[in-house]
Amino acid sequence: MLHGFGFERLVAVRFLREGRMQTLLIIVGVAAGVAVVAYISALISGLQSNTLEKTLGAQAHVTLSAQDDIVVAPAASASGAVAMAQTQPRAQRPRSIANWAALVPLLEAMPAVAAVSPMVSGAGLAQRGEATKSIALMGVDLDRYDRIVSLRSKVVDGVARLGPGEGIIGRELAADLGVRVGDRVNIVAGTIDGNVSDALRVTALVDLGVRELNRRTVIVPLRAAQSLVGLPGGATHIDLALVDVWAAPTLAADLSRRFPYEVESWQDTNAQLVSALNAQSVSTGVIRAVVMIVVVLGIASVLVVSVVQKRHEIGILRAMGATRGQILRVFLLQGAIVGAIGSVLGVLLAMVLIWAFSNFVRGSDGLPLFAITLAPGLALRIAAIATLCGVLAAVAPARRAAALDPAQAIRA
Amino acid sequence: MNPPGAATNPAATPLIELVGIRKSYNLGQPTEAEVLHGISFVLGRGEFTALIGPSGSGKSTLLNVIGLLEPATAGSYRIEGHEVGGLDDNGLTLRRRSALGFIFQFHHLLPAFTALENVTLPALMREGRVTPQRRDHARAVLAEVGLAKAMDKRPGELSGGMQQRVAVARALVMQPPLVLADEPTGNLDRASSDEVFALMRRMHAEFKTSFLVVTHDPRLAQRCDRVIELVDGRIERDERSA
Repeated sequence: MLHGFGFERLVAVRFLREGRMQTLLIIVGVAAGVAVVAYISALISGLQSNTLEKTLGAQAHVTLSAQDDIVVAPAASASGAVAMAQTQPRAQRPRSIANWAALVPLLEAMPAVAAVSPMVSGAGLAQRGEATKSIALMGVDLDRYDRIVSLRSKVVDGVARLGPGEGIIGRELAADLGVRVGDRVNIVAGTIDGNVSDALRVTALVDLGVRELNRRTVIVPLRAAQSLVGLPGGATHIDLALVDVWAAPTLAADLSRRFPYEVESWQDTNAQLVSALNAQSVSTGVIRAVVMIVVVLGIASVLVVSVVQKRHEIGILRAMGATRGQILRVFLLQGAIVGAIGSVLGVLLAMVLIWAFSNFVRGSDGLPLFAITLAPGLALRIAAIATLCGVLAAVAPARRAAALDPAQAIRA
Repeated sequence: MNPPGAATNPAATPLIELVGIRKSYNLGQPTEAEVLHGISFVLGRGEFTALIGPSGSGKSTLLNVIGLLEPATAGSYRIEGHEVGGLDDNGLTLRRRSALGFIFQFHHLLPAFTALENVTLPALMREGRVTPQRRDHARAVLAEVGLAKAMDKRPGELSGGMQQRVAVARALVMQPPLVLADEPTGNLDRASSDEVFALMRRMHAEFKTSFLVVTHDPRLAQRCDRVIELVDGRIERDERSA
């Protein structure tokens, strides 16, 4: 049936070719608009993925922990005697999640959950020679924890291994303590019974992507951390990795309804980041919408002028037997052609801009800032929307052309 | 019902029948003006008719009404027996497409199309594509009007006379029963004018197509089979040559 529009196709193409400079300018305008939209989409998508990857690369998507101790004020005396009480918040101590070992398989069975890793965390000191640094101590099962934060991929020296008496430490901490792979470090942690210390051999240095984390992190086997923190057989947190990171708030809400635990999603712990990402997405959307509106207005204005210029030809075509529908389609097709050609050129231009960004824009360390790519699906979607905008822009001029009175148009 | 001097030929099959056609502009406004005051005549198949009259007599308006480019304000108009009064724009366009060909004073070719493309446009418009047969036929008609060597030229590259010959070919290519020509030689010098008129007569003889030719040129009017003279929106004279 496509050949059924042969007349419209031929006339639309000829009208555009006849317009030369006018057509060229509007195609360049559409291409510029599409390039801006595609480039900004790719840039923001790359920036957000990079930010998320860095944020979520070192933390769980959802974390379960024991609820805080709450001090309840004494009840008022029934006798009517006045009781004077002062209630102070209780100093929080590391507490284990009750029955965590039974909870792990339950969580693993959930379809939204990709990995589960129990953890014992606490504060402590790392000592080597005369150097002492405060640390964040994390006791984990290496294989499970690797599935949460891909720890093995973050190793910059050595081989990740957590046998008895072994530990993995952050790159900056190793530098501060003057430690290399294979060296020993003394770890001291405070419990209610006094200080507990343990010596561990460093098997690997890791870069968690955030300098402050690299300066404090010490990862030890779960059992070692339990004795250092004073929670034998316990776990202070259960970390979850999800199939879809954006499902974290829903799952966290569901879990806190079902279990008496403190449940936090990564969005709760990074509320500012989420707000920033949302603001960025909204701003990008506004920019894209404004650019598309400008493209639509540009195409429409050129076609309105074209209708006036082609008034005479439209009259001749109508006298020869072209229906109003055919004239309407001639102009709609012109909008679609301008939109489609502009889209293809715009996507190509965006690819050049992305290539330039990837090759010439560098961070202070001389490396590319972050990877941006224009996904084929996104490019196609933008091109399709721009083509549709071309058709929409042509609606008003096309209707005007179709409504021309042939007798008057011929006299024009 | 026939106007004075009407000379309908009962032997001819009526191609168009006009009865009491009136045309007014600015209806209902203080500037309302009636241009055609009840025109009635019948045009038979194969007739070569001249429509003459002074400027402002309503010739072009009548041609527009007959060409379905403007609706009549009142009266009855039949083409090949079909009343066109009740047709909507689409119906009028389809009727115009099937029954009528146009030749205008200023040729009105499409400048972006070659001579051949201008002549194949009516087929493309109707059928959505130009079949090899249609293209061959268009070439044959262009050759017939003496433009075998100018088929791929655009109107801007042709002389006035040649452009008008392309217009004649375009009007005839779909073999409509009636060709309406509005001052087809009005913009040409005498030699070209005679050439184009002779061509129309030859095409008329060859294709048996009816022609209704608006002209100011009495020489050309004399060479038509029938002359209808319009004065002040009324038929003053309707005569057939002997």
